[in-house]
Amino acid sequence: MSGHESSYTPTNGFTKWLDKRLPIVRFANDTVVTFPTPKNLNYWYTFGGILAVCLAVQILTGVILAMHYEPNVNGAFASVERIMRDVPFGWLLRNIHANGASMFFFAVYIHMFRGLYYGSYKAPREVLWILGCVIFLLMIATAFLGYMLPWGQMSYHGANVITSLFGAIPLVGESLQTWILGGPSIGNQTLQRFFSLHYLLPFMIAAVVILHIWALHVPGNNNPTGVEVQDVEKDTVPFHPYYTLKDSFGIVLFLIVFAYFVFYAPNALGHADQSIEANPLVTPAHIVPEWYMLPFYAILRAITFDLGPIPAKLLGVIFMFAAIAILFVLPWLDTSKVKSMRYRPVARQFFFGFVAVCLLLGWCGASTPSNPVFPALQGEDALVVSYTQDGVEATSTYKGGGEAYVDAKRFMDGLPEDASPSLSAVPAPAFTFSQLSLILTFCYFGYFFILFFIGLTEKPKELPESIHKSVLKRHKATSATTAPAE
Amino acid sequence: MKAFRILAAGLAGLSFAAMAHAEGGAAHPHEPEGGWPFEGAFGQFDLPSVQRGYQVYREVCSSCHSMKLLSYRNLGEQGGPFFDPEYPNPNNNPYVKALAADVEILSPTPNEFGDYDFRPATPADQFKSPFANENAARAANNGAAPPDLSVIVKARHGGASYIYSLLTGYPHEDAISTREVTPAVVTTPASDNGTPDDPTDDIAEVTTPAVIQTVIDVSKVHIAGHDAAEGEHGEAGLLIQPAGQYYNPFMAGDTTPQYEGDPRHAPPGGFLSMGPQLLPDRVTYADGTEATPEQMAHDVAQFLAWASEPKQTNRKSLGLPVMIYLGILTILLWFSYKRVWRKIEH
Repeated sequence: MSGHESSYTPTNGFTKWLDKRLPIVRFANDTVVTFPTPKNLNYWYTFGGILAVCLAVQILTGVILAMHYEPNVNGAFASVERIMRDVPFGWLLRNIHANGASMFFFAVYIHMFRGLYYGSYKAPREVLWILGCVIFLLMIATAFLGYMLPWGQMSYHGANVITSLFGAIPLVGESLQTWILGGPSIGNQTLQRFFSLHYLLPFMIAAVVILHIWALHVPGNNNPTGVEVQDVEKDTVPFHPYYTLKDSFGIVLFLIVFAYFVFYAPNALGHADQSIEANPLVTPAHIVPEWYMLPFYAILRAITFDLGPIPAKLLGVIFMFAAIAILFVLPWLDTSKVKSMRYRPVARQFFFGFVAVCLLLGWCGASTPSNPVFPALQGEDALVVSYTQDGVEATSTYKGGGEAYVDAKRFMDGLPEDASPSLSAVPAPAFTFSQLSLILTFCYFGYFFILFFIGLTEKPKELPESIHKSVLKRHKATSATTAPAE
Repeated sequence: MKAFRILAAGLAGLSFAAMAHAEGGAAHPHEPEGGWPFEGAFGQFDLPSVQRGYQVYREVCSSCHSMKLLSYRNLGEQGGPFFDPEYPNPNNNPYVKALAADVEILSPTPNEFGDYDFRPATPADQFKSPFANENAARAANNGAAPPDLSVIVKARHGGASYIYSLLTGYPHEDAISTREVTPAVVTTPASDNGTPDDPTDDIAEVTTPAVIQTVIDVSKVHIAGHDAAEGEHGEAGLLIQPAGQYYNPFMAGDTTPQYEGDPRHAPPGGFLSMGPQLLPDRVTYADGTEATPEQMAHDVAQFLAWASEPKQTNRKSLGLPVMIYLGILTILLWFSYKRVWRKIEH
């Protein structure tokens, strides 16, 4: 599983015997002890280890929660509350598991942005990147399935929105949706299969994580310079103890943030409607997914127009899935030979723009599409009197402050009796979240296409000769600035 | 470049701040004066208040609202309002036993003959539900089933402050009046079904009896943080309460259809089927606390906050050692990391 030569020598009779039959000790030694790792990895690179911890925590707490959970529409909601109330430390397990999902996504997004910034998707690491995208896709599926299980209002109505997306697929959509739900609508059978799959997928994630690490260990780590390892002696350090310790430090810092949410703000990342038991007859005022899905939700809702024969709903679904699918082909969209954005002055600007676009898409996903983006710039609502005159419907609009209302009222009183006037407030036209989402959606996809052209024209900065040289150069620079002070 | 990064960071902060902001047409719930004792990293429940809150629930709320996720034993568990260290098992706690026995329930298990008897509750029993099922609850309450209160504080934006604001937020009686409205005479042209000689549709005028409406003078409703269209151009709005419903500025909803006045200044909030419940001295507190509406709302909101998460005390008390442990571990790992890497230029 590791691309470097093994330096393991069995020391006693048993390990010699075992090494000839199943070289598992050699394997472990080569993978996590002697594995040569570039010496210039910064803290952004600790998120790989953090994610491994997240997965382990989710599986461990999840297995125990499953012992107490009741996958039944009549008992699911109460059983989750029973876990919080009557199971010893059940409140802790459940808070860890629920907030753990948020922490997992927080870490995976940083891990992905790190990969984008340092060009970790480029040759020879394309397969590594694609496996990472598969893990991300499985994570989204797992999180969505898991969100169903507490059987709250958002569980039910969120699942309704997402499964209806499959119904938008032409020809097979409706059958596909029925097949996924196990019936014409969400019911007990849906909850049970979601529970079953929610238990299955994490183990599939774990399997792909093993492939991901395998694909990492063949070419070795990328690093902030994007320059490949040339001299193992000078450019790298063994994984243990150097990176086991650095990663552990990063992991513990991350756990402090994690613990803050678990112990002091366990419900801060959730939605209040999740504490209302699912009721198919009452739809929540605003259906919103968990925060980590919001950018994709915004893309889904951004498309409000039909394109030729494609209805808006299907187009939204296509764009939402394309937002993830495009990551799979990114290694071939980016034409630049230079990996790290450190040496790509133009692409780097676009990268930071892309991060901002993703965050703003999240904001759009959380907001009501018809609301104005800048309420402060919103003009005053107009008053519209609707009435019928000689059998024809007519309207009269009044703008302004209180006097507009007086005028409208006077106009209504002056109308003949059979006019049946009614007064309503119509918001002034404004720049809405729906429009912002559409712009941002094009920016999101635009980033990937612009990378193609930047790569062809951009003049990169001079690359360091090697990892070793870049480290020395940086040290010289810092000692030069500190020297006069001595 | 720098400016661009600062801009990106600013936008990031803005979007997170905006995400945290909850939407809704209702007035923003406010805390009681002095805040909640259970908030913050070290906050604990004020147990005498939670005890009084149980009394308010028992004597007022429980006639309509169930709390199905709670059992009487919960009242005597560690962190609960009637916990007694002498009785670590709440089923033995005589006070909790007495509180349970105060309620007569239909036994959930059959007797030796297979019949279901009425009997006094035991600490192991669930809180008694006022209605046999949701349909019964709906039928008895004008079509709106009163929500279960077990996790109500977790289930509403604003939590305990929402409960407190809602219970104390009904408009003052000075703002409420009634008026008699004679609906406009509906004139139907004779013979409009096309058969000129049909006597059944020759009724030229349909008169409906006068209706008594309850109206609220919005200029007399004071909501913190909301500026009412107070008498602007002499036109103070009136809010017409639908029959059997009550206006509350903290209830989610839309008042525009019921508002007589400038629709752009319709008051926040909505209508709910529950009228004001906590009138002065609705309960008599054993500890001599004066039962003002604010006091009762404060106590019952705190009781419901406890009921929504009875393990909150355990959560916070475990949080501190965990944080200290992680803090020490961070320091140790930092020094180990620095020591191991000291000879490596990186």
